[in-house]
Amino acid sequence: MASTVETDLSRPPDTYVDVRTQELQINMGPQHPSTHGVLRVALWVDGEIVTRAEPDIGYLHRCAEKIGESVTHVQYVPYTDRYDYLAAMNNNLGYCLAVERLAELEIPEKAQYLRVIMSELNRIASHLMSVGTYGIDIGAFTAFFYAFREREEILRLLEWICGARLTYNYIRIGGVMRDAPQGWVEDVQRFLDWFEPRMDEFNQLLTHNHIFVERTSNIGVITVEQAHDYALSGPNLRGSGVRWDLRRDQPYLLYDRFEFDIPVGTGIKGTVGDCWDRYWVRILEIGESARIVRQALAQMPKEGEVMAKGVRHLAFKPKAGEAYTAVENPRGELGYYLISEGGQISYRSRIRAPSFCNLSILEALLPGTMLGDSVAIIGSIDIVLGEVDR
Amino acid sequence: MTMTLASAGSIESAVAASAAGSGFWLTTLLGLVLLLGFVALWPMFAIWLERKVAADFQSRMGPMYCGGFHGWLQSLADGIKLAMKEDLIPRDSDRFLFWIAPAVAFFGVFAAFIALPIAEGWQIADVDLGLLFILAISSIGTLGIVMAGWSSNNKWSLYGAMREAAQLVSYEIPLSIALLSPLLVVGSLRLGDIVAFQSAADGKSLIYWSGNGWFALYSPWTLLAGVIYYISSLAECKRAPFDLPEAESELVAGFHTEYSGLRFSFFFLEEYAMMFIVSAIGVLVFLGGWQPLPWISIDFAALGFLGKLVCVGVVLFKAVFLVWVQIWLRWTLPRLRIDQVMVTGYKYLTPLSFLALVMTSLCVHCGDRVIPTLF
Repeated sequence: MASTVETDLSRPPDTYVDVRTQELQINMGPQHPSTHGVLRVALWVDGEIVTRAEPDIGYLHRCAEKIGESVTHVQYVPYTDRYDYLAAMNNNLGYCLAVERLAELEIPEKAQYLRVIMSELNRIASHLMSVGTYGIDIGAFTAFFYAFREREEILRLLEWICGARLTYNYIRIGGVMRDAPQGWVEDVQRFLDWFEPRMDEFNQLLTHNHIFVERTSNIGVITVEQAHDYALSGPNLRGSGVRWDLRRDQPYLLYDRFEFDIPVGTGIKGTVGDCWDRYWVRILEIGESARIVRQALAQMPKEGEVMAKGVRHLAFKPKAGEAYTAVENPRGELGYYLISEGGQISYRSRIRAPSFCNLSILEALLPGTMLGDSVAIIGSIDIVLGEVDR
Repeated sequence: MTMTLASAGSIESAVAASAAGSGFWLTTLLGLVLLLGFVALWPMFAIWLERKVAADFQSRMGPMYCGGFHGWLQSLADGIKLAMKEDLIPRDSDRFLFWIAPAVAFFGVFAAFIALPIAEGWQIADVDLGLLFILAISSIGTLGIVMAGWSSNNKWSLYGAMREAAQLVSYEIPLSIALLSPLLVVGSLRLGDIVAFQSAADGKSLIYWSGNGWFALYSPWTLLAGVIYYISSLAECKRAPFDLPEAESELVAGFHTEYSGLRFSFFFLEEYAMMFIVSAIGVLVFLGGWQPLPWISIDFAALGFLGKLVCVGVVLFKAVFLVWVQIWLRWTLPRLRIDQVMVTGYKYLTPLSFLALVMTSLCVHCGDRVIPTLF
């Protein structure tokens, strides 16, 4: 789209101004501080204005789905940790639910409560990471460290119960790895008492900061139609005002036993579905997750099995058939589709990764925004490249 | 730093003094050496301070090991590391410009220190137009940054350079106009005179204590000018929330993306030295210079050499305080977008600085300090 400035032909030739403005093609990523991993976005820019954007993915491709067709079901659980590595518990959960549906396993109640607690704690940690790094995208460093300080406490709790800080492999087919250690439940409660006031501090520092609001409101507006067209899910969908949450609308585990709200974007600071709304939905969801954890801790039976009988061996074979389960990952609907022929290994294993679908809307959102906005928009979509590329 | 012998404050008298063989060149040379030492050491301290303050804000410790006490030698270690690094020049860059850009950037700031008094008469060159000289010469540093961004042959660097240029032209205006308000009252561009005016104990202060008239407290208009000056000075030295030329989340590292080693460290020195310069000017013009308190005037000239040392301490303390505020803002505020930066500069700061200027000139004309009584 090169354009030439009209030259005035009535003037003598030596005063012609030959100014050509040309669109600049610029690579954001794969090595760029704010593409959250190894995303490459090819940007066509006119000065500071982005005219075209093409996300380019695949730098982190690890044949995730093919591995699911070459190792046994039990062996595959640790692999699921690596896809959305910020919400590994939820990934474990999604896969285990799919296998359990195939095998028609009955999961002990205590294990179900532990699964809820773990996936909600993991959701808090994941959202903290998301809002903290979003602060960095906008240029506020300190908020990031505040978020990390809180996340660290969650990681400590998760490490205590399963020995790992990032890739847990805690939720297993048939239940969970082991029961909560002594004192863990009380410590989670103490953590929640400490944590909830901390979010007010965080909101003061970042959420309601005038510059932050100016940078994020009315930017990257996703309408409801767009959100449906691009199959968005999770906070990105809810940020546009759609009250859709799999935990309520398609309950799995014991989510129908808890009371919680589903926050949606209302356009307090600008338009419904702008970057600030998506960010605000995540902040509110942190509080809702804390509510769920509190209720689950109160309801959880003190004693009980945490593992169904007869699945703790590698040769575990589910029945033949196919199953699709979807769980509400911090980033949206995480689906696992499995076809089993009755053997130890899946015939087909397919992952519906929320980040992958959410990412696709970048192409529609970025044109017309400024370079600084494009960073804000990519950050507000909150992608994890491990899951996008699989 | 040393005392200049050019007491009359003009180049002619300096030349005359040197012709008289009174050691002008020797003192100037010594002063320049001391200045170079200060300009090299100050950024080390400032970087260490920034890291510790940032760590404090972020509930971390910051550097703790190097040197034993709170990592006080960390900056030196980093400096040595940078000096030992390979001097990389990208193959497709404009080699000469790439090579000279850090020097140009650093030169402007270094030269600005020459006219900066830290006590009455304590400066390398007592220039009559001191303030104008500092403003003019420190803007040359921007040229170095634009050169760096252009010569790197990197699109992100180019963006950084263009943003720096755009930012400079939009913030140099309110900054200069804001400085005009106190100048109107004093009637001199010599920094020593401006401080002397603020030192005179004649009850000029806005808060009607028996005191001296710091321009931050002199009248609402000079206070407004002071605030505008401080905000614009943040943009001048590329500090948050105006750190767009090197916005690392947008432009990788902005204009110094391709720089490494010693050349990179020159940009660092430039930035921190610039922070000191703008803070020191803020102190000298708006915060009473070497007067420690706004309501007491101390006649330092009567105290001799020790009095001068106290002056230096006071100026350094206030300047470091303003630098600390810059650090505080950087680690608290998010970054503005480039159009918001422009809007802030052109739509708010420039008209407000004109308002301050017009009101101050009316006040000066009418002989009042707060409200012009024209009728």
